Amino acid sequence: MHSSVFLVIATAVGAVIYALAHWLANDYLFFAGYTVLQFIVLATAWNILGGYTGYVNFGSAAFFALGAYTSVFFHKAYPLPIPVLILIGGTIAGLVGLGTGYLTLRLRGAFFAIATLALAVVLQTLIVNWDFVGGSRGAYIIRPREIAVIGNYIQYLFLIMLALCVIAITVARAIERSRLGYGFATIRDDELAAEASGVPTLKLKLIATALSGAFMGMAGAPFPYYIGYLEPSSAFGLQYAVNSIAMPMIGGTTSWIGPLIGAILLGTLQQVATVTVSSAVNLLIVGVLLVAFVIIAPKGIVGLVEDSWRRKK
Amino acid sequence: MSIPIELIINALIAGLLLGGFYAAVTVGVSISFGILDIVNIAHPAFIIFGSYIAYIVNATFGVDPILTGIIVLPAFYAFGAAIYQVYYESFERRGQDSLRGLAFFFGLLFITEVGLILVFGVDYRYVSAPYIDQSINIGFVNLPMRMLIPCVISLLMLAILQFLLSRTFIGRAIMAVAQDQLALQLMAADPIKVKRVAFAVSIATTAMAGAFLIIIQPVEPSVGREYIGRVFAICVLGGLGSLPGTLIGAMLLGIIESFTATFYGPSWAPAVGFGLLLLTLAFRPSGLLGR
Repeated sequence: MHSSVFLVIATAVGAVIYALAHWLANDYLFFAGYTVLQFIVLATAWNILGGYTGYVNFGSAAFFALGAYTSVFFHKAYPLPIPVLILIGGTIAGLVGLGTGYLTLRLRGAFFAIATLALAVVLQTLIVNWDFVGGSRGAYIIRPREIAVIGNYIQYLFLIMLALCVIAITVARAIERSRLGYGFATIRDDELAAEASGVPTLKLKLIATALSGAFMGMAGAPFPYYIGYLEPSSAFGLQYAVNSIAMPMIGGTTSWIGPLIGAILLGTLQQVATVTVSSAVNLLIVGVLLVAFVIIAPKGIVGLVEDSWRRKK
Repeated sequence: MSIPIELIINALIAGLLLGGFYAAVTVGVSISFGILDIVNIAHPAFIIFGSYIAYIVNATFGVDPILTGIIVLPAFYAFGAAIYQVYYESFERRGQDSLRGLAFFFGLLFITEVGLILVFGVDYRYVSAPYIDQSINIGFVNLPMRMLIPCVISLLMLAILQFLLSRTFIGRAIMAVAQDQLALQLMAADPIKVKRVAFAVSIATTAMAGAFLIIIQPVEPSVGREYIGRVFAICVLGGLGSLPGTLIGAMLLGIIESFTATFYGPSWAPAVGFGLLLLTLAFRPSGLLGR
């Protein structure tokens, strides 16, 4: 299937989801749905680097917060419409990804992973000490009640995140089937052999890091408008780092559908668990599932399904 | 602005004391990451776990935290050996240690932290011991006992580990497995067993480091995250797998953090370790003593 055909189908699916949610006309559905969609974008973004090239990014929260705080900055300095903020936030997060990658991707993979952990703490300290964006006190974002054409503001945010999902998944799928994707796969399988065969590994890794970071930043850009009050500990929350790793790992990392399945399952599960049990317990569930899956089912749900199909034949 | 010399000397001494403690926090990672090449990012979480054990025993029986640390050493050793066995069976043997192994330790870190939050909440916990509030004053130099005692015992622990690694048979076997696993097999030694012992030792050090931590400062479950950057910064700065290097890296970070806290305020201190780590990785990935 060609990517443009896929984009049309994905857009159609998105439109159906939006129409369905609109028809149910329940504001909570939009609130909860937004969170799940946000995790789909984060998981897909993580997988572009983690799943395709095999480099682990523990700093998803840092890239997400970069997008969120870019929005806060512009909200205070010069208010812009959210789609523009998404582009700016994505660009900044992508550039930071590029910078981090350039400094550490020439070394062994573990160093990159540790550096991304470090990045999150450095950025959080910078934000805490930067009064213009609220510092440790946090910042209030007064969002308009209504927006032209769509009406309800939460529906508008939901629609934006839905569109971002469609774009992220289409891009991820297009990468998989392109020269770029094959290049990524060679790095994942045997970087030394890839390098020796003339694959420009550093360049490819930098592309993956920048793309992945950019999408995480984009996912974060509308967040201040969604939450209404942004403080460093919520923007840099551990749940972003752990979910964006756990979701692809549980769904399956080798194709675009894995993170999608993982994000829908885990995202919905967490929405239910947060309401019914407690938010600490639901984070524990994610942690236990992550460890269980990497030990027992290294290829994730997609791998389990493929194996059972193969056995039937 | 002139800075009084007393302030500088006190900041320097506070940094050295802090550095001694950081050495105890890092030495386990120097063994697991530096020597065995196992990226145990859950190490700081286990340290917090050790702190909570010291806290429980101290709160119920009034036992000294350091004594508790020594008593639970065998339990932590066994715990470490068990983790290594799972890690080896699930990842190392299948050659999947990079991506999934990292995710495994990340999951462990997460489970430990959230588990502690569920049991103890996010309140700060502290221990009581007769020496915690005391300090020695030599002229204008101030030596708080809650820093001095962990620092001294930490240096002792480092010396013992260095002796074990360089002088005993199993220590030399550990250094050998880091260099050439195949050669060890040809000598009819079991590299997995040697690695298990080394990893177990690295986890055992977290019992001591945890006890030191809760003597120095009140502890809550997410404190461990601040130590991830510090630990790996020190480990890389000192050159991977070298205990004297670890000590130098730890002292250096301690001094830099102490000066940052004295002259710019403590809210910047967490960024120092991570910032130093990023700079080291960028410009001197083989460490200060590296070739």
